Amino acid sequence: MVQLTLPKNSQVKKGKAWPKPEGAENTRTFKVYRYDPDTGENPRWDTYQVDMDRCGPMVLDALFFIKNEIDSTLAFRRSCREGICGSCSMNIGGRNTIACTAAIDDYKGSVTISPLPHQPVIKDLIPDLTNFYAQLTSIKPYLQTTTPTPQGEWRQSIEDREKLDGLYECILCASCSTACPSYWWNSDKYLGPAALLQAYRWIADSRDEATGERLDDLEDPFKLYRCHTIMNCTNVCPKGLNPAKAIGHIKELLVERQG
Amino acid sequence: MATNSTRPLSPHLQNWRWHATMASSILHRATGVANYIGAVLVSVWLVLLAAGPETYAVWEELNAGPVGILITLALVGFTFSVSFHLLNGIRHLVWDAGIGFDAKGSNLRSILIMAGAVIITAGIWIAGGLL
Repeated sequence: MVQLTLPKNSQVKKGKAWPKPEGAENTRTFKVYRYDPDTGENPRWDTYQVDMDRCGPMVLDALFFIKNEIDSTLAFRRSCREGICGSCSMNIGGRNTIACTAAIDDYKGSVTISPLPHQPVIKDLIPDLTNFYAQLTSIKPYLQTTTPTPQGEWRQSIEDREKLDGLYECILCASCSTACPSYWWNSDKYLGPAALLQAYRWIADSRDEATGERLDDLEDPFKLYRCHTIMNCTNVCPKGLNPAKAIGHIKELLVERQG
Repeated sequence: MATNSTRPLSPHLQNWRWHATMASSILHRATGVANYIGAVLVSVWLVLLAAGPETYAVWEELNAGPVGILITLALVGFTFSVSFHLLNGIRHLVWDAGIGFDAKGSNLRSILIMAGAVIITAGIWIAGGLL
């Protein structure tokens, strides 16, 4: 359902402006979305001054500075801090990306940080991605075969392996899906760019033998065809992948097999 | 969809920084709707024209009065609407062929298509004024 505004309990109020750390000369302002499930109060925007002389170059470093030096109650997900786990995905400066590979210097003025858009918020910058993961599960993101398993391994030519480049690198950070307006309005029925890119990753795999079933499953006005090529997914992907193109290929294959 | 309905929904349109492709996409939808309305109004005009000089005089009178300015504005808007929807529609055909999905180029083409629609609209009305 399209609802352009936020529900009453989700409207973000003005929050606390935290004082500058003592002795800090070179500071940057961070406006951070805060929500505390224990109080039941509406979310709020808190502002923090980060001492850049004592902080690393990435937005994730700034979040760590805030948590360690200013306000330990700030909650966010993170793990690898090098762009491979996909945990620290969030909306920074109005666009989704992963905080660990987003350089603070690439943002002008005060940096606004909020959770991935249009998701239920558990706490602060942590969204509930249950639906996102369930959708990924639904496309069966694993090798399916009918022929007997060979001794050794499933072989693949170099050319066929190259067809998976730009698909297998997805780290499932959900930046793309939660950037998509179609996904915002129809996430209960539309699979979204991340799950569809994964679906295509297995359709394009020469070793997979369930291509027909996979395409049958996607031939649906909502699951696949809510994609209107808005391109937000491709614009934001922190790994430089192209979900819009993958979805385009699925649509092509569905037309081609009609003969 | 939400596992806990008391959880707030995170901001979406409220703090999203738009790409050109996002703007051209919603404009495609809006012009699609406008084209339907425009087509109905043009049909009404054709019916008035076909019904003979007496009924058409009603239209001519309306167009000569203060409403005439509104009609002209609506027609300029309709020209833009059709031009944009046509250009962006061609782009959707190209996309359907699997071409033109790069992020940078797509944003550039969105801007070019919007500019193109303005140029076509201006061209048609300037040419129409000279005739």
